[in-house]
Amino acid sequence: MSDDAPAPASNGGYDEWLDALADGEGYALVCPDGHGSLPPRRVCPECGSASLSAEPLAETGTVETHSVVHVAGPRFADDTPYATAIADFGPVRLTGVLRGVDPETDAVAVGDRVAVGLEERATDGEPLVVFRPAGGE
Amino acid sequence: MTDVRVAGVGLTRFGSHPDRTGRDLFATAALRAFEDAGVPREDVEELNYGNFMGALAEHQGHQAPLMAEAAGVNCPSTRYEEACASAGVAVREAVRTVRAGDADVALAGGMERMTNLPTDEVTEGLAIAADDLFEVRAGVTFPGAYALMANAYFDAFGGGREDLAHVAAKNHANAVPNEYAQYRKEVSVEEALDAPPVAEPLHLYDACPITDGASALVIVSEEYAAEHDVDAPVAVTGTGQGTDRMALADREHLARTPAADDAADAAYADAGVGPDDVDVAEVHDCFTVAEVLATESLGFFEPGEGIAAARDGVTTADGDLPVNLSGGLKAKGHPVGATGGSQIAELTRLLRGDHPNSEHVADAEVGVAHNAGGTVASAVVHVLEVAE
Repeated sequence: MSDDAPAPASNGGYDEWLDALADGEGYALVCPDGHGSLPPRRVCPECGSASLSAEPLAETGTVETHSVVHVAGPRFADDTPYATAIADFGPVRLTGVLRGVDPETDAVAVGDRVAVGLEERATDGEPLVVFRPAGGE
Repeated sequence: MTDVRVAGVGLTRFGSHPDRTGRDLFATAALRAFEDAGVPREDVEELNYGNFMGALAEHQGHQAPLMAEAAGVNCPSTRYEEACASAGVAVREAVRTVRAGDADVALAGGMERMTNLPTDEVTEGLAIAADDLFEVRAGVTFPGAYALMANAYFDAFGGGREDLAHVAAKNHANAVPNEYAQYRKEVSVEEALDAPPVAEPLHLYDACPITDGASALVIVSEEYAAEHDVDAPVAVTGTGQGTDRMALADREHLARTPAADDAADAAYADAGVGPDDVDVAEVHDCFTVAEVLATESLGFFEPGEGIAAARDGVTTADGDLPVNLSGGLKAKGHPVGATGGSQIAELTRLLRGDHPNSEHVADAEVGVAHNAGGTVASAVVHVLEVAE
């Protein structure tokens, strides 16, 4: 890119977090009291501490809830039906699309172990936080 | 601190208004509110107006001056945006302004125009009430977020789709006599269970419809009502608001709504009443499960017990505590930025005795309105009481 071209718009902090997730180095920001949050942050949203350090996510997460989406917006039009979940990864919970299972409610259960990575939306190829079954309990 | 009265309420019919603009919808609601109040519009000292997605739906920002013109008032005017709680916070600001003595008369309410967009664009538009980076880009839709809450609830407390279908059937039955409701037809539990899925475990009849509509309230001080001989028997005696983390994943509990707990606690303390005093409630049932969560936050049921209330007949029209006698968002409709004002309009009519469902709450003296934004990152609760 030449110096006089405007930089493409980005979401600083978030984009770096996605890159780290893609490299298998996903992290959360953690304050001295142990509250976890996701970037970008200047202070801990729970207690206001400005002392935040990056700590790795747990290797696998635990599904806390899930759903199967049949009606989505234009950015996910070709992805439906798809399963979504919220999973606990230690310092933080993450929200993502669950792949590697049939998009049916019976195919997912609270307590399932999942790994997290970065994949692409089927609709437009944009980056997507994806969970896949990690096996075992 | 002065007491606050609802002098008049105005609504458009909720539904599809393809040939009308947002400004015309709000003008209609305001006109009806002024007719109901018998208060001259030149006495209005402030307009508090709620709207969520007007920039997407009508390519119209800066709506407050436009709506002041439409209503025929000339006063400081402000738009409030708090997703589906936009009109609730607008009403709350009007109440606080009148209480503080900064105005004797305020016009409050809201408007949303939605049916002019295709369904997928409305879905996308509603999703912006969630965290764009960590929820919407991760596949969360508005129904999808409440589906996550529903499954979390079932896992934590039990219950299932059939319990939610009873909420849908109840609210559809309540909407039948309501002239302002979008869907005035009964839906059976079986029909609700057999409807196509939107975001499992939520199906079509678990979800509120896409709606155009507007609400308006004329809010006055008790002194103004007395001096001008305004018939305003219903008082707003409590107001409370709560805020939680934006993303559902960051909540302490995925099947609880602490922002609404906080709003309810504040509103009850403000009014000097408790949940046991409440005779009737209008709550934010954008999805059936949302009514369950709302009634628990309002203290009507312990966490985990609200799920059975509709099925057991506690919250039906003939139950001990009728909830959503208007039909709720579920059947009356949910023009997002107008809903909080509409709930208070319906509750006022129910308490005054001029609502088609007033017969079910003939002796009611205390009503509560619960209005929520997003997955209840925002919540507003108001207590209304019969003062005369």
